[in-house]
Amino acid sequence: MTSVIEATSLTKRFGAVTAVDSATFSIEKNTITGLLGRNGAGKTTLMQLLTAQQYATSGTVEVLGATPVENAATLQQISFIKESQRYPDDFQPRHVFASAPWFFPNWDAAFAERLIADFRVPLKRRIKKLSRGQVSAVGVIVGLASRAPITFFDEPYLGLDAVARQVFYDRLLEDYAEYPRTVVLSTHLIDEVSNLLEHVIVIDDGRIIVDEDADSLRGRATTIAGPASAVERFVASREVLHTERLGGLATATIGALGEADRAEAATLGLELAPVSLQQLIIRLTTGESTPPAAVPAGTEQRA
Amino acid sequence: MDTMFPSSDPRPIFVQIAERIENDIISGALGEETQVPSTNEFASFYRINPATAGKGVNLLVDTGILYKKRGIGMFVAEGAQSRLKTDRREQFQHEFVRPLVEEAAKLGITAAQLREMIDKEGTK
Repeated sequence: MTSVIEATSLTKRFGAVTAVDSATFSIEKNTITGLLGRNGAGKTTLMQLLTAQQYATSGTVEVLGATPVENAATLQQISFIKESQRYPDDFQPRHVFASAPWFFPNWDAAFAERLIADFRVPLKRRIKKLSRGQVSAVGVIVGLASRAPITFFDEPYLGLDAVARQVFYDRLLEDYAEYPRTVVLSTHLIDEVSNLLEHVIVIDDGRIIVDEDADSLRGRATTIAGPASAVERFVASREVLHTERLGGLATATIGALGEADRAEAATLGLELAPVSLQQLIIRLTTGESTPPAAVPAGTEQRA
Repeated sequence: MDTMFPSSDPRPIFVQIAERIENDIISGALGEETQVPSTNEFASFYRINPATAGKGVNLLVDTGILYKKRGIGMFVAEGAQSRLKTDRREQFQHEFVRPLVEEAAKLGITAAQLREMIDKEGTK
């Protein structure tokens, strides 16, 4: 595998605020990476640094082997779809799609037309008059049909309804399979996209706290439930991400369990349930807890 | 989105994909020497990342259940069905029979009674 994005100690400060704090990571070629985190965690700033829309305070970033800053050749390979894309006042969607080929050498007009029909975007209405979801659809269409070697989607679907989001996921997967490229997707709808992702980066308070394959994150945490005393005994020697109590019952979210752990939990009469990616990230980004250790090789097994 | 791979199953999705393909081979839905769908077809059908689907398929190539025909695609190997059945019988022993016997012992069911109960189910 070769990486197309390399960030080293990348830092961005706005006055007293450190939006991105010494981020070091790489993104492999032709993968779909999820960039996840809470509001204000630094996702957008990070994408802006990677696309040279912000200057780093310190650290370096390389995209396709070169700095993206003031580098037209590299920037031409990038499509960056922002949540709050602005268009000229009198622009209609057809103007956006007509001008897109000037910026994106791989633009596929036929694919764009199919997507326009899928998303039911009115071509001849001023963008100012479109609904929030329709404006998002315009961005999504540009992102997909540009077929840029590196495509960033920053919360691309504000206001998109469930049907339109499903269309987006389906078209993304189909087109990615046919024209492999690197996609970085930031979203809050983690459960919806978790199966699309090959890699996951979680940013919290400007710092990268998870940088892992989606496969290994799955099943990395477990929820146990049962009598409070048994739960307490079981978690005493383990790292706990979260606990809740209801009368004499308690639940706790802990790291991955091996076979021996599961047997012990069974003897204590505890119930075990895996934690979804979304739940795991909620646990990791609430409060001060650190991520649980990865599962040691060979200890994975069925519930 | 998650309906085909419930989050109650903690195993990696590529393992679950491999198991689904195995199930189809065992049931005969995918016959020996027939072509299996491509990685991309699996990916768009199950709505998963193509790399994940590819890992699942490769798992079965590594164990010789599927094989590659260059430039054509993936095929079910000869003898795959009986090999999978043998493997699954071993799994059946410790995943189903052992807990069954343990639970029966807990409830004071004798071996003879257990056998009788199984026979009864079998004649249904």
